[in-house]
Amino acid sequence: MQTTRIDVILKTLDTRAREKTREFKRLGAPDLTDVVIVDSYTTSANLSSDEKERVLRSLVNPHIERGTIDSTIIEKPFTVAIEIGYLAGVTDNVGTTAMETITDVTGREHTDASVSSARVYALYGNVNDLEVERIKKSLYNALIERATLVTWNEYVAKHGFSKTIPHVDLHATASADIVSLSVSDEELLAMGTAGIKGADGKRRGPLALSLKDMQAIREHFKTLGRNPTDIEIEMIAQTWSEHCKHRIFASPMEGLPKGIYKEYIKRATEEIRTKKGKKDFCVSVFSDNSGVIEFDKNWLVTHKVETHNSPSALDPFGGAITGIVGVNRDAIGTGLGSKPVANMYGFCVGEPTDTHPLFRDERMQEQMLPPRRILDGVVRGINSGGNCSGIPTTHGFLICEDRFRGKPLVFAGTVGLLPRKTAGRKSWEKAARPGDLIVSVGNRVGLDGIHGATFSSVKLDEGSPATAVQIGDPITQKKFSDMLVKEARDLGLYNSITDNGAGGISSAIGEMAREAGGCRVDLEKVPVKYPGLAPWQIWISESQERMTLAVPKNKWKELSALAKRRGVEVTVIGEFTKGGQAQVAWNGKTILDLSLEFLHDGWPREELAIKEPMRVLTPLKHSVQSELGADMLALLSRPSIASHLYIAEQYDYEVQGGSVTKPVQGRGRVPAPSSVTKPVLSSKAGILMTSALYPTYSDGDTYKMAAASIDTAVRQAVVGGANLDSIAILDNFCWSRSNTPESLWDLREAGRACYETALAYETPYISGKDSMHNDFRGYDHKANPVSISIPPTLLISALAVLPNALDAVSLDFKQGGDLIYVIGETHDEFGGTEYGALYGHATEGVPSVNATAWAKVYKSYGRARKYTNAGFAVARGGLATALNTMAIGGGLGYEIDLKKLRGTYTSREAALFAESQGRIVCTVAKRDRESFEKIMGTNAVCVGKVVKDDIVIMKDGKDTVVATTVEQLQLAFEKTFKGF
Amino acid sequence: MKTKPKVIVFSGYGLNCEAETKFAFEEAGGKADIVHINDVIADPKMLLKYQILAMPGGFSYGDDTGSGKAYGNRLNNHLGPILAEFLKRDTLVIGICNGFQILTAAGILPGALTYNESARYMVRWVDLKVEGTSPWTKNLKTISVPIAHGEGKYVPPEEGSMHIAFKYTDGALCEYQHLPMNPNGSAQDIAGVMSADGRILGMMPHPERGMFFHQRPDWQVQKETLKNKGKKLPVYGDGFALFKNAISYYNKKVTK
Repeated sequence: MQTTRIDVILKTLDTRAREKTREFKRLGAPDLTDVVIVDSYTTSANLSSDEKERVLRSLVNPHIERGTIDSTIIEKPFTVAIEIGYLAGVTDNVGTTAMETITDVTGREHTDASVSSARVYALYGNVNDLEVERIKKSLYNALIERATLVTWNEYVAKHGFSKTIPHVDLHATASADIVSLSVSDEELLAMGTAGIKGADGKRRGPLALSLKDMQAIREHFKTLGRNPTDIEIEMIAQTWSEHCKHRIFASPMEGLPKGIYKEYIKRATEEIRTKKGKKDFCVSVFSDNSGVIEFDKNWLVTHKVETHNSPSALDPFGGAITGIVGVNRDAIGTGLGSKPVANMYGFCVGEPTDTHPLFRDERMQEQMLPPRRILDGVVRGINSGGNCSGIPTTHGFLICEDRFRGKPLVFAGTVGLLPRKTAGRKSWEKAARPGDLIVSVGNRVGLDGIHGATFSSVKLDEGSPATAVQIGDPITQKKFSDMLVKEARDLGLYNSITDNGAGGISSAIGEMAREAGGCRVDLEKVPVKYPGLAPWQIWISESQERMTLAVPKNKWKELSALAKRRGVEVTVIGEFTKGGQAQVAWNGKTILDLSLEFLHDGWPREELAIKEPMRVLTPLKHSVQSELGADMLALLSRPSIASHLYIAEQYDYEVQGGSVTKPVQGRGRVPAPSSVTKPVLSSKAGILMTSALYPTYSDGDTYKMAAASIDTAVRQAVVGGANLDSIAILDNFCWSRSNTPESLWDLREAGRACYETALAYETPYISGKDSMHNDFRGYDHKANPVSISIPPTLLISALAVLPNALDAVSLDFKQGGDLIYVIGETHDEFGGTEYGALYGHATEGVPSVNATAWAKVYKSYGRARKYTNAGFAVARGGLATALNTMAIGGGLGYEIDLKKLRGTYTSREAALFAESQGRIVCTVAKRDRESFEKIMGTNAVCVGKVVKDDIVIMKDGKDTVVATTVEQLQLAFEKTFKGF
Repeated sequence: MKTKPKVIVFSGYGLNCEAETKFAFEEAGGKADIVHINDVIADPKMLLKYQILAMPGGFSYGDDTGSGKAYGNRLNNHLGPILAEFLKRDTLVIGICNGFQILTAAGILPGALTYNESARYMVRWVDLKVEGTSPWTKNLKTISVPIAHGEGKYVPPEEGSMHIAFKYTDGALCEYQHLPMNPNGSAQDIAGVMSADGRILGMMPHPERGMFFHQRPDWQVQKETLKNKGKKLPVYGDGFALFKNAISYYNKKVTK
């Protein structure tokens, strides 16, 4: 085999290298002087020397770059060079593009040839081995990448860097094994926990099945009179996983015979839809990959929010990029194909300054990534996935709390756009029919992402599989996404579509088989990245960027011709059938034959035990010397409040041309809690996106935590431009210690809040997802065992349709002289708040919600909003933080009198920093004062005014409580993430 | 009946601003078609039906191997002769953001784009000063539109001619948000370049994302000021003029 290596280097100033030099110095290599970056492409394609020259010319832009073929490119001796490439079998996007370039330039196919891309960092100056090791560690993730050190002498002696093309070498038997279940309960439990034993005696990875589950499977096969195959057990494990079946939400609990989902979430939506009657805007809820609501007379909008917590803990970049690109596929897989029009993200990570190491194993070999690395990685992942796909990122948030260092939360959501009708059909309905071809679209299958669904259904520890990590490939997806939602859908080329997410094709086909009544798959037809994969691996692999279609036989020709023209791979891998069986064959031999009924409903239900936890609540302790002005600035610098502009401004929020109020607002470029976008440029209407969560409130009361999340999300929507009767919400539960009765009691309480609060606001749930095992069990730097569980978290996202998008109101103060109003009451509520955390950790007095009363106020506000010119829903950090954000946004000062505030608060601290819910701050121009007050009545009190000078004054009657400047506020707000 | 000027907007392989670019041309009075590059390759002569060619923004090939490179190669390898014929006629071409990168990588416009000074992808608004004479920028002096790119720093050609179309300048929005005028370290503050006759224009900023007034980051503040004066909010933003100019370039010819 011939191998050719092309190296490319920038001739002009390489700002990437300059940034790396700074970064490495910061890591602790003070005498490093310079870094040179080389991009390299090693190919196994058979090329003539003329072709090599032409390929080189295609990979080098002569104005700014130079390149070499199979020789040295660096002339000045370096201290050491670090080469980073991918491990075998890991998606190499750059390599794939380079291979396409080679095919294009040479004008012929190069079967079985590939390109392996790598990047070299040549270091200059005085760097010792320890420093090099530290730099190397910062550059790569050992789960997916390889790092090689090269000395100058080696480089010169070998005439360049080595020509390595990693390839997967599989020796496993490519067949299905029979698994005997006539074993002891201990063995059954071991199998359920750590996996089926392979021929080498090693277990294959978690099935996440309990002993009861395993016994149910044993019973089922006993009645069939045979033992199962490995692929059958793997499929059952995928389908029954917490991740896919949401078993905790579906299981009965004390007082809830049908479980939390049916009794609280679904029931709330059903009752609200009935109450709304003709004003019900829901079209398809809970039954598809996203919820679907009405947009205007021609269009519908869809929304779905996902979490990608476990993968992001191991590989933050890969976890986040596959999170965002994966939830884009949820949109594409909604109805007959919803076009993604807006992304959102949310990160909950440990304190970025925390450097205490954590290990997954007692020998301290497998170190967890520190919070800063995780944050940097997930930020880059959303950047790459969202920006590359041409979908605006219109909303996002960042929460930093110590307990997220064991397992971060990474949220990714996508709003999509569906025409009401497509190819003469209702776009939100779909069904695979018996006889339809099962067609796989997009990427090929590899070992990446095996056991993702079952892995995310257990805690993170030493046994967590490295193969659960995947790399996203947004461009492959962009190609098939465009083909599907911009062409094939409207040509009526398929009857059903779904995303291959958790559980891969086993879950996707298993779900679609329910629509048709069965399926038969010829597994050897599934396109693979490399030979040697076992059937069970192909069946459950979560290799990314794939979807499954149900294609009528008479449309196949047209679809495959279209796909060819769009550079998309489509393959027929089977047929939908009727008769109620899921069947899979491998080279003609049936290796899986399961009844759909058992597969989807055969899991044993048992009532979950709950028990009220004993909570000792701590009241607020604040130091007597505390100074309100200093506390106010300190709050602005707290990482969950401080400006994360550096994240928001690296995500494209302008693409598709629809932005109205942006995720970054005002003169001061403040990250905003909500934004409005026009997904259809020719329509007046717009969509508002927002979200809210209060993880630390759970330390006091999970009912109040959930109610506050809903209230804040709803209030932010109302302030930003939506009317209360047009808001739909989504729930994402992220829980921990979910196997304990106390934690389940807390979960039930949060569920009850979800039901009662949503009902009061009449905001239906349209989609939801839960992630129940956000626990870490490992070791600290002294090998002491530690376990860290996240505070139970509920993210509420809101989606609202504005009939006129230009009704949106931004948060920044607009002009001196405008009047400042506060709506709502202030109480001594500090439990779980940011101010409480400033002085220890207060858990007593979690802010409560009175949704029935507040619903009326929010309705009035919807009518009065047109007289406001800025608004902010008081949330984290209380009233002071709300005012300060508006002041920084507008670059204008303000004067207020705290005495005027309504409520039962008893201290200035409470007036400024309590996080009482239900409050809104807004500004009104003098000319609109009467109109505004006429609608709001006594619900709104005027507390002061905006001033055009750089002055901030807060009074309590005659006393000046705080005096500062907007400049000071902005400094405090922006300092935390400076340099990130 | 007056026939509308015809615009071809390229798509495929990760370009992603084709829909709003088409919308802008049609709002300005043109008839625009989005065509996948592979459909042009299958029938190259179709290009000659059009007067205006737009290479929109996006992330062709994910910027892998360098922004615009792989798509530029594809243009040259498959459409070189027909593009040359298209350009010889009285046609207009615009490359926006990734489209500009593609036009330079394909050698249709001089120079190259490299990594931003900050080495990071960045979204913000910029103010542009119009330079030279081009049908695209007729009657324009300064405009404010957004950028969104990671590789937008312009490197002029070492030899040969270069005609500047836009320079970053200190204008209304830089002042509004206290931003440095040059967002990416471009040589001579260059934001866009053009052919000698101004028919072919390449620019990093996105005029189609500034076609409406409400897309401006300061529109809510301006709304208050206008309200105080009893005035209404304008519909269009600065970027729209480019599309209007391109369409009227042909409409005027028809009436002549």
